[in-house]
Amino acid sequence: MRLFAIRVLASGVVLAVGASLAGDGAKPPSPPSGTTAKTVPERLDVPPPPFSEGIFPCSNCHAGMPVDRTRRNLEAMHSDIVLKHDETHRWCLDCHDANNRDFLHLASGERVPFEESYRVCGQCHGEKLRDWRAGVHGRRTGNWNGAKGYLLCANCHNPHQPRFHALAPKPAPMPPSRTMK
Amino acid sequence: METDGNSTHPSRRLFTIAAASTAASWIMTACGPKRLYEAPKDRLRAAIKEMESKYSKLHGKKVTVSDAGPIPGVEFAYALDISRCIGCRRCVYACVAENNQSRDPQIQWIRVMSMEKDKGVDFSHANAYYNPAEVPQEGHFYVPVGCQHCENPPCTKVCPTGATWTERDGIVVIDYDWCIGCRYCMAACPYGARHFNWEEPTIPDQEFNPNTHYLGNRPRTKGVVEKCTFCIQRSRAGRYPACVEVCPVGARKFGNLLDKDSEIRYIIEHKRVLVLKEELNTVPRFFYFYAT
Repeated sequence: MRLFAIRVLASGVVLAVGASLAGDGAKPPSPPSGTTAKTVPERLDVPPPPFSEGIFPCSNCHAGMPVDRTRRNLEAMHSDIVLKHDETHRWCLDCHDANNRDFLHLASGERVPFEESYRVCGQCHGEKLRDWRAGVHGRRTGNWNGAKGYLLCANCHNPHQPRFHALAPKPAPMPPSRTMK
Repeated sequence: METDGNSTHPSRRLFTIAAASTAASWIMTACGPKRLYEAPKDRLRAAIKEMESKYSKLHGKKVTVSDAGPIPGVEFAYALDISRCIGCRRCVYACVAENNQSRDPQIQWIRVMSMEKDKGVDFSHANAYYNPAEVPQEGHFYVPVGCQHCENPPCTKVCPTGATWTERDGIVVIDYDWCIGCRYCMAACPYGARHFNWEEPTIPDQEFNPNTHYLGNRPRTKGVVEKCTFCIQRSRAGRYPACVEVCPVGARKFGNLLDKDSEIRYIIEHKRVLVLKEELNTVPRFFYFYAT
């Protein structure tokens, strides 16, 4: 009985030592210094927003205009914009700032420049924003261990109709043939 | 305590056999042409110089052949978002252009499989030859398949000449000068990732990518096997593979498995991840995931 107890104790010690050794061994080697930014900065370098030709700054036209907050079909201008983005609940001024048209705004009323429009999108699509910051949502270019190219949400998704359109696929591979040249 | 000298100590005969076989194997490996990492550095440099001038003459532009080795502390892994891929095959053609794959006969390292949502990830019902006017098609999803860069690769084990092996950064590579074209590796690969040059490959000179790597996209000849190398000429220079950069829906992700801040680690820790043919215990470094 005593022998058994000693055996159990001994194997416990061996296990503990083994575990601590394995723990050390399993630790991944630290990545080479300077390969990855440790923390993603609050503001990211992004390409300029994809404005239509000659549309920005919006204040060029809007500066002297009275603000009409009633929800309506736009007829005089911007009739090309078809909103298919939760259109039953949203309208222009939910994202665009009424008092300064060169900005967007958050639900809190905070003004956000178009270069940081991802903060506006992230109010509803929070998990996409989180993934995007981590480099997982959206297209990446550049270096896996250095400067990564980020895109604004609006560079890929039309903010007014964010769903992707279907694409024509590239040619299918040639089926294998039995004939040799 | 009883002792038995015969059973606990190797016999003289056993020792002689072991010594003789060790000597024989040493002689066999020491003779003959050197493999990539056994060759002295200056000899390798000279061989590469010779390659560069040969390829430059062949394609009428300045071709560089890199022999950049694995970066310490880096193990590459890849992740592909099945919920985003739309099957547009942009990756296939970016890969062909980047890695100098033969246009005729056609070789493509990436094969995009169209699968039915009702059936799930099922290769027996997959179709690589889908060709609708627009993708994605209703009720279908797409699984691009290339080399999975297995941690336990069946392909390298069967190579009789040691022409294919796993690099320290996880890339499974082929030395085209050592490949004898027996295609055992192609039979062993459960993913159909390896491709054989049945004919002398043809690539138009103006489309030839002159930025090459010894173990990657340097020109191949008739009779050798080739496959994805995670764009070794780009990834070892810190860049993303060509397929990652071209994907219009951002479904392709690449990074260092040993860096806890990398995209790849984020995906493995936060998303639903799967590997293809897990039951074969090939342990792929190529992960598929669902981001949504």
